[in-house]
Amino acid sequence: MSLSPENAYSMIDKAPGLGAVALPHTAYQVRSLRFQYHPLSRGAASWVLDGLTFEVDAGEILGIVGPNGSGKTSLLKLLAKVLRPGAGDMALFGRDLGTMPQIEVARTVAFVPQESPQVFPFTVIETVLMGRYPHHHGAKWSAGFGWESAEDVLIAEQAMQSTDLTHLASRSVMDLSGGERQRCMIARALAQAPQVLLLDEPTAFLDLQHQIEICAIVRRLKEERGLTVVLVSHDLNLASQYCDRILMLKAGALFRLGPPHEVIGADVLRAVYGCDVLVDRHPESGVPRVTMPSYISTKNVRDYL
Amino acid sequence: MAPLVVMSVALLLISIQFGTEWIGFSQIIDIIWQVLHEGTVESDRIGTTGVILLQVRLPRVLLGFLVGACLASVGVVLQALLRNPLADPYVLGVSSGAALSVALAILLGVGTTVVAFSVLPLCGFAGGLLSLVVVYRMAVSYGRLPIHALLLAGVILNAIFSAMIMFVTSIMEPNRSVGTMTWLMGTLNAPSYPALGILACYLLGGLFLLLRQARRLNVLTLGEESARSLGIDTEHVKRVVYVLSALITGAVVSVSGMIGFVGMVIPHAVRFLLGADHRLLLPASACIGGMYLVSADTLARTLLTPTEIPVGIVTALAGGPFFIYLLVWRKDRFV
Repeated sequence: MSLSPENAYSMIDKAPGLGAVALPHTAYQVRSLRFQYHPLSRGAASWVLDGLTFEVDAGEILGIVGPNGSGKTSLLKLLAKVLRPGAGDMALFGRDLGTMPQIEVARTVAFVPQESPQVFPFTVIETVLMGRYPHHHGAKWSAGFGWESAEDVLIAEQAMQSTDLTHLASRSVMDLSGGERQRCMIARALAQAPQVLLLDEPTAFLDLQHQIEICAIVRRLKEERGLTVVLVSHDLNLASQYCDRILMLKAGALFRLGPPHEVIGADVLRAVYGCDVLVDRHPESGVPRVTMPSYISTKNVRDYL
Repeated sequence: MAPLVVMSVALLLISIQFGTEWIGFSQIIDIIWQVLHEGTVESDRIGTTGVILLQVRLPRVLLGFLVGACLASVGVVLQALLRNPLADPYVLGVSSGAALSVALAILLGVGTTVVAFSVLPLCGFAGGLLSLVVVYRMAVSYGRLPIHALLLAGVILNAIFSAMIMFVTSIMEPNRSVGTMTWLMGTLNAPSYPALGILACYLLGGLFLLLRQARRLNVLTLGEESARSLGIDTEHVKRVVYVLSALITGAVVSVSGMIGFVGMVIPHAVRFLLGADHRLLLPASACIGGMYLVSADTLARTLLTPTEIPVGIVTALAGGPFFIYLLVWRKDRFV
C-alpha cells in the first residue's frame, strides 16, 4: 500500500476516528510540526523546529543529521513524546500521538537518550527489566511495587542476548564501559518490546570498535525484528553507511530527505554546514563518503568564507 | 525482609535492657507476661522496674525505631529523586526548615509543650516542604541538578535557618529555650502511648505511600526523559514523593529535633549490601535505619550515665566522617 502524503494527512484530519485507520507501512506521519522550548517567548527566531513535514516508513532506519543546534535531538524527543510540539500533527501507526496516553506510546516506542548516567549500583539485568514497566500498569495496587513475571525475565534475557550482554547480567551498570553501557540502554529499550526504536547519538563517545558493534546491532534488529529505527547522528559517514534514508535538518527546517546518495553530496553539505568537504564513494558499498579537506583546501575555505 | 524484621525485634529487646538501671532479659519477660496476664500497666501492679521498662524505655525505643526508619526512608527517596547519593533531609536543609517553623510555632505559643501532636508536625511539614522547594529551585540549572549546586544550596539554607533558629530561641523565655535547645540537638523523649500511636499511624502511612512509588523510583534513576519515555508521569511522581518526604520529615523533626546523617549513611550501607532496587532498598533501609537509631540512642543514654547525650550528636559524630569519606574517596562514583 502506498499513500501519497496528502492522502495520509487527510486521514489525520479526521481526528476522532483516527484509531481505526491502520497504516502498517507508515510508522510516523508528521505534518507542519513546530516546536520551541520556551513557549512564552514570542518571535519567529525562537522556533527550534519550524514546519517539518515528513514520514517514517515502518521497518526503515532513518538517520537525522544536521549541524549543532539544528533541532535533531528535539525532533527525536518529540517523536518519543518526551517533549510536546507547539503546533502540528504527529501520528504513530495511524494514531494521533498527541492524544495517545504516554504509557501506550511507551509500549510502541522506545527512546534511548544520548547519555544515561547512573549513580546507583543497579545491575544490568535490573536496568534491562526497567524496560518492562510500560507493560505493567494493569493492576492499580501492584503497579508501584509488583515484581517482574517470568515472562518479563525471559524477554529481558532475549534483549540482553541480542545486545551480547548476557555475561554481564549481574554486573553493576556503574562499572560498565561506555560501549557496554550503551548496549545496556539499547537492551533496556528492546525489553519494552517496541516497534520503533529512537536513538540519540548512539555512537557518541565510543571508540571505533564499539561504533561498529552498535551499528551492527541496530542493523540486525531491523532485519530480525522488523524494527523501525530513527537515529540522530553527527557522523555523516555512519548515517550514510547504515541508514536507509537520511533527513537533513538546517536551522530547524527540513532541508533534504531521501536515500544517502541523494542527501549526502558536496553541494548539500556546503549549503547546510557552510564548508567544503570531499564526497566520494565508499569502496565496498558505494554509498557516499565524506572526507574533511586537507590543509590547503581548508585555507581555501577560509578565503571563501 | 523477614530476617531484618527478626533482627529489629531482637535489637529492640536488647536495647531496653540498657539504661541507668540494668534490667535483665528474664525480668523483661516476667514483666511482659504479667502485663499480658493481668491486662494492665498500672504502676502499683508492675512495680518500679515495670514502670521504667514499659513507660519510659519501651516507648522511647519504639519512637527511636520509628524516627530512624523514617529518616532512612526519606533519605532513600530523596537520593533517588535528586539522582544524588549525598542527598539527606539534614544536609539539604529540610530538617532545619522544619525545625525553624516548629521553633517559631513554639515561640508563638501554638503548642504548649515541645511534643504537641496536633499542630507542630504540620508546621514542620510546611517548613520542610518550603525548604525542599527552595533548595531544588536554587540548585536546578537547565533541568539538571549538579551535585555541588545541591550541596551548596543545602549549606546556605542550613546557615540561614540556623541563624534564624538561634534568634528565635534567644528571645524565648529561658526555661522554654533550654527545652527547645535540647530538642533541636536531636533528642528522643519517651512519648505517651496514645501520642506514639497517632505518630506511628501517620508515619507508617507515609512510608507505605512511599513504598508504592518504589518501582517508579527505580525507573526515575535512569533520568527524567527516559522515565517519561517509559510511560511514567514524572511530574506527578516527583510531587507525590516530595510532599510525602516533607510530611514525614516535618513530623519526625517536630518530635525528635534535628537528627542528622541517618538518611545518608543507611541507604548507602543498604545499597552496598542488598543492591539499588527500591522495592527492597526502601523497606530494608527503614528496618536498618530504625535499628541504627535505636543503637545510637542506647549509646546516648548509657555512655555518660546518669546524664544523657542528645542522640543527634551521636549520629552526627558517626555520620559526619562517613560523609567526608564519601565526598573525598568515592566522589568519582557520582560526580
